[in-house]
Amino acid sequence: MSWAIIQQSLPQFVKGFQVTVWMSFVGIIGAMVVGLCCSLIQYFHVPVIDKIVSAYVELARNTPLLIQLFFLYYAFPVIGLKMSAITCGLIGLIFLGGAYMAEAFTGGFDGISKNQIESGEAIGMSKWQLARYVVFPQGFALSVPAIAANIIFLIKETSIFSVIAIPELTNTALDLIGLYYHSNEYLFVLVIAYAIILIPLSLLLTWLERRVRYGTFGD
Amino acid sequence: MGHSGINVLFEGRNFTRLLGGLWTSVWIAVLSLIIGLALGALFGVLRTSKSRLVKVIFRIYLEFFRIVPTVVLLFLFYYILPRQFNLSWPASVMAVIAFALWVSAEFSDIVRGALISVPKIQRESGLALGLNKWQLFIYVLLPQAFQLELPATINLATRVIKTTSLLMMISVMDVINVGQQIVEANNQTNPNGVFWVYGLIFFLYFIVDYPLSLWAKRLSKRNEA
Repeated sequence: MSWAIIQQSLPQFVKGFQVTVWMSFVGIIGAMVVGLCCSLIQYFHVPVIDKIVSAYVELARNTPLLIQLFFLYYAFPVIGLKMSAITCGLIGLIFLGGAYMAEAFTGGFDGISKNQIESGEAIGMSKWQLARYVVFPQGFALSVPAIAANIIFLIKETSIFSVIAIPELTNTALDLIGLYYHSNEYLFVLVIAYAIILIPLSLLLTWLERRVRYGTFGD
Repeated sequence: MGHSGINVLFEGRNFTRLLGGLWTSVWIAVLSLIIGLALGALFGVLRTSKSRLVKVIFRIYLEFFRIVPTVVLLFLFYYILPRQFNLSWPASVMAVIAFALWVSAEFSDIVRGALISVPKIQRESGLALGLNKWQLFIYVLLPQAFQLELPATINLATRVIKTTSLLMMISVMDVINVGQQIVEANNQTNPNGVFWVYGLIFFLYFIVDYPLSLWAKRLSKRNEA
């Protein structure tokens, strides 16, 4: 392990770090929007579309991100859809993450105690009022732990972007190893870089989970 | 879709080669699961021990595997084991070691969670009947914990299967690597082949993982009831 080698490689790692961070950020926001839309469609049982949504969720959750990216990046140009690696990466992450986030939101909405819903109905709430005042506020609080787990998961999945040559952290390390062969040093920096992103974030999310635990009633 | 994109799948030995690649992915997944679950069960039981040191050590072990992405984990084993410890095992063996340790970390948390959520009254009734610590474990805690942890374990298995897609990155001849070679070999004569080859692999992963995740979902609904 040589510090000089680590120091020389740092500027490149900083660039990779930035790519990982911004792509994760955009991907996670996109995934949450897609996931929320899908879970709302499932909650209100919108005819036909809800079947499509469940098919999408199962398809995305039960296949690896790597093959999804390969399909987007190598197979789509054949049918005339050519996209840059970064676009493919973001679409792939949102496609995968949207399904996971949809499951998280749906799990939250389903997890509300029956008493709550029956009480709402008993005082004469309409379906929409029930959703607005009873199900969603508590459902979001219940889905926070699953969403937090998904956020960490999706950030780690960005490491797979290296297969379509997006210059994020893992790809940077692999490039450097290919060029200079100092695998110990570069892998060390790589692990530290992921720790810098994930340790504070997971602490923050644990804190958030604790904060919202009081957001539900019953039991 | 062109006239003959799908033919790429059946030309020459392509289809058998893809199945061979699938077999590589499957045995690596199964072997890592067997080793990882055995180790993880042991670690999970140890994590319920009262010793603080043991708890801290296994907690750090778990967090390490939670923080490092699996791709990076594969590279750590692929590059560092051979150079630091002078081991020259094939990449597939390195992959099994990396996956098994990762599975053991994740499974230890599942086992611990299940063991501590067996109702207290069960443990106390066992003790009242005069069971010793070992008997309590075998006859009371483990059978009940097993039922609680089964859905999470199946989900872990589906994750391991999906993660085998990363094997190609350390040049193991898995199904995706074979697919990539077939695509490259036929790129000139059959540019549509790529659609079918990757489509087939996508479908193969789906038909393995989908029934498993359905099963897990059904079981966890039953546990709730």
